[in-house]
Amino acid sequence: MYFLPLFIGLPLFGAFVLSLIKPRRVGDVLANLINLSLLVISFLLLRFGTLVYKIGGWEPVNGIPIGIYWVKDGLSTLMLIIVNLVALMATIFSVNYMERFTEKNRYYCLFLLMLAGMNGVILSGDMFNLFVFLEIASIASYSLVAFGTGAEELEAAFKYQIMGTIASSFILFGIALLYSYTGTLNMADMARVLATKGTAPVVFVGALFIMGFGMKAAIMPFHAWLPDAHPSAPAPISAMLSGVLIKVLGIYALIRIIFNVFGITPVLSDILMVLGTISLMVGGLLAIGQRDFKRLLAYSSISQVGYIILGIGLGTPLGILGGLLHLLNHSVFKSLLFLNSGAVVYATGTRDMQKLGGLNGKMPVTGGSSFIASMSIAGVPPFSGFWSKLVIIIACLFANRFGFAIWAIVGSIITLAYYMKVQRDVFFGPLREDLRETKEVPGFMKFSMIILAVLCVSMGLLLIPQLRNILLTPAVEVLKNGIEYAGLISY
Amino acid sequence: MVYILPIILFLVGLFGVLVKRNLIKMIISVSIMDYALFLFFALIGYRGEGMPPIELKGAEHVKFVDPLPQALVLTAIVIGLATTALLVGIAVRIYQKYGTFDIEKIRKLRG
Amino acid sequence: MSEIVKTVSRIFAPLIIVFGIYVTLHGHLTPGGGFAGGLIIAGAVVLLVLAYGGEREKLEGEKKSTSRLESSGILLFWLVAVLGLVVGGIFFLNIMGKGLPFTIFSAGIIPVCNIAIAVEVGGAISTILLALVLFEKDEN
Repeated sequence: MYFLPLFIGLPLFGAFVLSLIKPRRVGDVLANLINLSLLVISFLLLRFGTLVYKIGGWEPVNGIPIGIYWVKDGLSTLMLIIVNLVALMATIFSVNYMERFTEKNRYYCLFLLMLAGMNGVILSGDMFNLFVFLEIASIASYSLVAFGTGAEELEAAFKYQIMGTIASSFILFGIALLYSYTGTLNMADMARVLATKGTAPVVFVGALFIMGFGMKAAIMPFHAWLPDAHPSAPAPISAMLSGVLIKVLGIYALIRIIFNVFGITPVLSDILMVLGTISLMVGGLLAIGQRDFKRLLAYSSISQVGYIILGIGLGTPLGILGGLLHLLNHSVFKSLLFLNSGAVVYATGTRDMQKLGGLNGKMPVTGGSSFIASMSIAGVPPFSGFWSKLVIIIACLFANRFGFAIWAIVGSIITLAYYMKVQRDVFFGPLREDLRETKEVPGFMKFSMIILAVLCVSMGLLLIPQLRNILLTPAVEVLKNGIEYAGLISY
Repeated sequence: MVYILPIILFLVGLFGVLVKRNLIKMIISVSIMDYALFLFFALIGYRGEGMPPIELKGAEHVKFVDPLPQALVLTAIVIGLATTALLVGIAVRIYQKYGTFDIEKIRKLRG
Repeated sequence: MSEIVKTVSRIFAPLIIVFGIYVTLHGHLTPGGGFAGGLIIAGAVVLLVLAYGGEREKLEGEKKSTSRLESSGILLFWLVAVLGLVVGGIFFLNIMGKGLPFTIFSAGIIPVCNIAIAVEVGGAISTILLALVLFEKDEN
């Protein structure tokens, strides 16, 4: 119970201390220590059930909550573990990678602010509090995209920020409408009021939220900023943005509100599934034509997010299980792939795939881990991505949605195609003359890539019933129970 | 009926963001969208014949307007301030690199 | 800037700062509070920078100190929140005595928070302004 504030307090403390002091080593040690302890704490949370934390100790008056509540349930625990795991790997990677940039401590400051924002979004049980944390994470990510201050980074950051601000306006508009209808901001209480008073505003507010959070998650019609923004950031930040930020700010917030506050309806479910399928296909097709390594990965993120939305939008327990497992898998292998691309840029100085080739001999760790990640994301058995895609496809079949199942299989084949292209162009084949001097990257970078690669191989084990009951089943239960979430205010 | 006003303002801002080609005008349009939302928040907090929600000595049991939206607007203003400051900073830097505010000419990234 | 502007801003800046402090300290009693007070104080800084300008190095030094001020303001706020956790076991618990209503020493931690916010906002707005001024100097 006393752990929960640490998820916000520790990163914020680190961020502001690091903006005061200069030495680089202090930044490295402090940021890594904070992320390590947050990861340990989020694993400790597995031992608890649902917790409701009342900030400032404000108890409900006449059963109506006042003040801000934080809620930790199965879904939040799963998300916290993902976020803090990827964050730890990204900071370990940054120790070496960010040496080439000036102002390393400023970088850690923004990184930790972004982490605090994401942890806040996950824990918050209050609509407006969620919005505030969402903005903290977004604003930190805008400035991190611009961190290199080159012409392209700035252009991408401006585009990203304009889109992100419009998205935030839609979300805030939706929250204002919900508040005027229900008279409360607490999400559990809002679910109760909507259940008793009727769900009249849900159609319009739902459209606003799908637009707003959809832009944050880069679902297909709202994706235009992502292929510019994600490649422009430094590699560990690309890993964070693609790996967890779009999932926390977009998918998590959207499904939390749609499932737990509104209650899933067939119409909403269909909208989510159609949007998911469109992004899965179009993102995949656009990825094939790319020459830039990181840009290809960014388009691939759009496509894989489509899988997650498709699985969760199905609304059956099996579909939700597949969607959440794919979310977990995708954050691991996509952050690994972005770290690989960072390692390639670090060693060779280019990310144009036509200027690369045959790096496997020179960079065995990078090449090997990226091979594992590529096979995993393409859904080759026995790697992790295969199991989650399999569960999603089976869930589509069980729900008699054969069309969606076929699209998912086709999307998986396309994914395999463009990752084969990555492997062939960058890591296999003859070594190019101008790359003779290439060396493997330093130790910390290798360490985080190896850890993520091991996770990629072993993540399929989470489907074994004993392990599933610890991590995934509680998260699925939360979404399956839907607006029973309203019962939380009785705590 | 009065709720139409912030919605019109919101749409004006959205139109500006989508149509204008100048970076500074886009920033101004984003701010207009924000202000429309602040106005909307202030309006939904209104109660007929309500007083400003300030406790004064000797004047208990007065009918107040809803104080919560006002607190929310204040928070949203702070967020809007941060966003605008960052946008302006990036726009100035872009001007230094490209020598123009015209979004048509700022195209190093391929779609 | 002309001599008139310089003289007027020299006279008014201290008054503006005093007003900002007043608004901050009465934040829990009257409209206003840390954010408004901090903005007013930053307004005085803006006035002085616009009236007097300054060399690049001097402005950079000032930006460094306002940026430090901002971080320490936030750390103070963080400390207040964590003291609640350490003393009472709840984040942001109001651990100080509530005092008499409608007097300046009341409402527990809220005046302390207001002061922290005022320092933070004043520092932040001044930093933003100085950064934008310095950006402009980069061009020439």
